[in-house]
Amino acid sequence: MTAILELLSGLCLFLGGVLCVTGGVGLLRMPDFFARVHASGVTETLAAPLLLIGLLLQMELSLDSVKVIMIMILVLATNPTATHAMAKATLHGGQRPLVFDNDQDAGGEGSSKP
Amino acid sequence: MIAVAAIRLSDLFAVVMLFGVYSLLTAAVFMDLDAVDVAFTEAAVGAGVTTVLMLASLHLTKRWEALPRRHHFLGLLVVGVTGAALVYAVLDAPLLGDPSAPVHQHVTPRYIEQGQAEVGMPNLVTAVLASYRGYDTFGETVVIFTAGLAVLLLLGIQDDPRMRPGVSAIGDQVVLRSVVKVLIPLILLYGLYVQFHGDFGAGGGFQAGVIFATAFVLYDLVFGDGSARAVVPPGWLHRLAALGVLIYGGVGVVSMLAGRPFLDYSVLAHDPVHGQHLGVLLVELGVGIAVFSVVLLIFYAFSGRSHRR
Amino acid sequence: MLTAAIVAILVTMLLALIRTFLGPTEYDRMLAANSFGTKTVLLIALAGYALSWNSFLDVALLYALLNFVGTIAVMRFFEYRNAPEERDDPESAV
Repeated sequence: MTAILELLSGLCLFLGGVLCVTGGVGLLRMPDFFARVHASGVTETLAAPLLLIGLLLQMELSLDSVKVIMIMILVLATNPTATHAMAKATLHGGQRPLVFDNDQDAGGEGSSKP
Repeated sequence: MIAVAAIRLSDLFAVVMLFGVYSLLTAAVFMDLDAVDVAFTEAAVGAGVTTVLMLASLHLTKRWEALPRRHHFLGLLVVGVTGAALVYAVLDAPLLGDPSAPVHQHVTPRYIEQGQAEVGMPNLVTAVLASYRGYDTFGETVVIFTAGLAVLLLLGIQDDPRMRPGVSAIGDQVVLRSVVKVLIPLILLYGLYVQFHGDFGAGGGFQAGVIFATAFVLYDLVFGDGSARAVVPPGWLHRLAALGVLIYGGVGVVSMLAGRPFLDYSVLAHDPVHGQHLGVLLVELGVGIAVFSVVLLIFYAFSGRSHRR
Repeated sequence: MLTAAIVAILVTMLLALIRTFLGPTEYDRMLAANSFGTKTVLLIALAGYALSWNSFLDVALLYALLNFVGTIAVMRFFEYRNAPEERDDPESAV
């Protein structure tokens, strides 16, 4: 049983780590703010619970595991909210997503290229 | 590296965010040095309250720092000499954690060996903070109270006529408001947990007061300027801050009335260890109340100023 | 495997930090700082378990809350600093 738990935990941690780094690379390389929001938000809202589940599977069942579950619920609740709020605030501030037309060069108005 | 960037950037907004990042890295360093209570307080104050207060004051001034018109070589020289003197002095200091260092010789072994027996709580940091060095902590609480007084004297809490509680500038963020409505009671509950759990794990009055104040600050940020003021008026906070310091001092005076030195908790209950528990509980409560009121008062003072015309 | 995850988180934190320095607009910096904060929560949780820190989950929980509050504060003071009646579109009641 513990071997299965170890394997599962290792898998979750590995996947979580890969998604984390993917999100970070996406944060750096995406051309536009909204693309970065998408990259960072999606991967970190998935990577964080995966990493925490991996941690949970490695600990014995105790008060600490309840706290890990609470952290996971909190992160799942606040992270997408903050991302949504930021994206909405950016729209409010006048930034528009970068739109590619087939014939023209890239250029949404006020887009934030690096 | 972050500190260098914070100094070099002239966009103060970015500097504030870098300060938040810096303080949280410092909290991670403190965790690594096994100082959990300090890391707790650093995270709570540096990443939460200080960022909000700095942003509130940035709201009132210019966002871009004016570049200095001439270089100040004398200032650079003074800083360089002082820094070199400090480094030279540190070279002579004993290594961190060296058991033969002078600071570990006299009282520290007694705290470590007899702390559990005399005070009876697993968290030795709280035992030292609230019981062995209770007088110092009383001084800290009075300092916090004085800082609140100074801010009130200098800035005052103005009623900005444009503030309308309930009308929020972030009016269209429905998702945010709904989530925050659920989150604020949880933050308050967590603050209570930290307050009363200080005996056993990391926590205590200072951290709990800051967490409590953060919940009200969040309410004010999301639900409209002045809405926290409608819920907790400044008059209450004046009295609460004084009450916090009074509780702490009151415990000391009660000990004196029972014939023992100031802030000796052994006489508060039938048994010295129970007396210590009760004393630590009460003084942490006093600290928590005082810190909460002062932090919230400072926030009111900063956020209530009118935007510069 | 835990060590590998911690290294991955550290790498991501570095990447987010680079974006905080670079980000041409302030919104990028807000996003990167929020991301940095979330990664720190994970780092404290994982590294605290690996290095057996004391009460590390309390600190992680606290920091998750404060990261959120800090991001909201930054957004509020930067973007929505004007009172609502100064905007053109009518206020939507919630």
